[in-house]
Amino acid sequence: KGIITCISCFQIHFLFSGSTPPINTFPHGPTISGALVLAAGTWSGQVLVFDIPAKGPNIVLSEELAGHQTPVTDIATESAQGQDCVVDMVTADDSGLLCVWRSGPEFTLLTCIPGFGVPCPSVQLWQGIIAAGYGNGQIRLYEATTGTLHVQINAHARAICALDLAPEMGKLLSAAEDTFVHIWKLSRSPESGYIEVEHCHGECVFDTQVCGARFCDPSGNSFAVTGYDLAEILRFSSV
Amino acid sequence: MSMRTLPLLFLNLGGEMLYILDQRLRAQNIPVDKARKDEWTEVDRKRVLNDIISTMFSRKFMEELFKPQELYSKKALRTVYDRLAHASIMRLNQASMDKLYDLMTMAFKYQVLLCPRPKDVLLVTFNHLDAIKGFIQDSPTILHQVDETFRQLTETYGGLSAGEFQLIRQTLLIFFQDLHIRVSIFLKERVQSSNGRFVLPVSGPVPWGTEVPGVIRMFNKKGEEIRKIEFKHGGNYVAALREGSFELHGDRVLKLGTNMYSVNRPVETHMSGASKNLASRTQESIAPNPLAKEELNFLARLMGGMEIKKPSGPEPGFRLNLFTTDEEEEQAALTRPEELSYEVINIQATQDQRRNEELARIMGEFEITEQPRSSASKGDDLLAMMDGL
Repeated sequence: KGIITCISCFQIHFLFSGSTPPINTFPHGPTISGALVLAAGTWSGQVLVFDIPAKGPNIVLSEELAGHQTPVTDIATESAQGQDCVVDMVTADDSGLLCVWRSGPEFTLLTCIPGFGVPCPSVQLWQGIIAAGYGNGQIRLYEATTGTLHVQINAHARAICALDLAPEMGKLLSAAEDTFVHIWKLSRSPESGYIEVEHCHGECVFDTQVCGARFCDPSGNSFAVTGYDLAEILRFSSV
Repeated sequence: MSMRTLPLLFLNLGGEMLYILDQRLRAQNIPVDKARKDEWTEVDRKRVLNDIISTMFSRKFMEELFKPQELYSKKALRTVYDRLAHASIMRLNQASMDKLYDLMTMAFKYQVLLCPRPKDVLLVTFNHLDAIKGFIQDSPTILHQVDETFRQLTETYGGLSAGEFQLIRQTLLIFFQDLHIRVSIFLKERVQSSNGRFVLPVSGPVPWGTEVPGVIRMFNKKGEEIRKIEFKHGGNYVAALREGSFELHGDRVLKLGTNMYSVNRPVETHMSGASKNLASRTQESIAPNPLAKEELNFLARLMGGMEIKKPSGPEPGFRLNLFTTDEEEEQAALTRPEELSYEVINIQATQDQRRNEELARIMGEFEITEQPRSSASKGDDLLAMMDGL
């Protein structure tokens, strides 16, 4: 059903012979066996899981996860080893639905977080917190194991195009078509354990409909931005 | 990419074309009793608009348009408008046609970019259709055609999700990527800056369905709100007033897609000569287009659906100039940067015997295999004809 054409250093190119082209891929952290697992979202809503052996070029399709009915937009993963949380993967789709998965010999669907009429173009996972950016400019933070909504941020005036994480500091970046990039700090309340968030910084990229944004370092001191009709990649650093 | 984008693209660009033609024709308006034989009158203007609109909205053409298909290149689409603009007694020189197409594309690009919600592109389309109905108030047959198209739009797009509209929006934006022609009316109204980029305001009403940014709400596990904080988001937004109507008649609320040309404002375009964005456009025109054959098939289908009424009798074609003087038009043709030229694809469906022989000869020159091709498809004929231009 799927044919892998070539691999080099974690960059994987796919050629699908079926009618469902892949939307995105995400290298997953090592499982207990030491091999890699790769998850790819598709147009039909399926999430395909591939096993990448430690040695050799044979990649095998190991599972087809059903959970979404509309195109998969983003996948977020985090190694759950050594943590209380058992969530490894979150997938998002065009209807705004989020599916929360646990890996193992097979992936198990833990819970679903329903959409509310807008797509979820971007999702991130950090220490048991799911951060989802939506087409109406909202960021919502959920408790991964239960799917409970804990924080709702009216962050942007247009659709969010990208979320990124700086895992060392728990910083979250959100970028949207409204020309703004915002930086947030995620944390947990020491008393209740509830998710908390604080706004750190907002940047307006003048007259640019932002299409993508990423932190440039794991502590989140700098980030890069791409935009529609923009031939350059803009980089911002904190001084 | 979305396969449902062409009707929206075509109808909105067509709408802009009609706004511009209407404005230029009015500007050159001469009262009937004073007009010379070659001067435009009110009667001529109405006739030109009627002819173009009835061709645009003909049933056969709309059927072809609404079939799910990919978007083709700007060059291919320009050929369709070229034909459409000449569906009446009006004639446009290459330079004027180029300018017309530039204005049309920049206007719709602006409208798509500034749509608050992806779904609002449908409201923009309805704004164009409402205005078109205003042009042909006296012709009930054509009015009916436009209403029929309205119904088809509602049927095709009415049930699409926000995600599908976002895909349509992205498909349109990719089509318009790297186009930075400066339009004088946009520059004057400060919606476009001097480098050709559109101004994206960070104030005003938020889209319908979006909340004003600046609030963080925190909930406990029972779903009760426990805290509310405000943060400085940098913009100056207010809540949306109301949603525009998607009915056949109604207040669209959105101003994008309404006629921005008034009678006495000449609209100019400036070619950005020294812009570094031109580099990417040059690459586009040099690289061989792998879709050439598909594009020609698409054009043949669409143009086949166009019922062009040939003027009966020895009627002179009235020439319309989009510039203020003939000299300006000539100058524009000479100084148009190479990279921005639209190579017009001339397709003629003649059954001329001599032409077929000529075609066979041209095709022979492009033979790359040793075996002679026994029967070439119609698409190959057209391709060969293009190469021979």
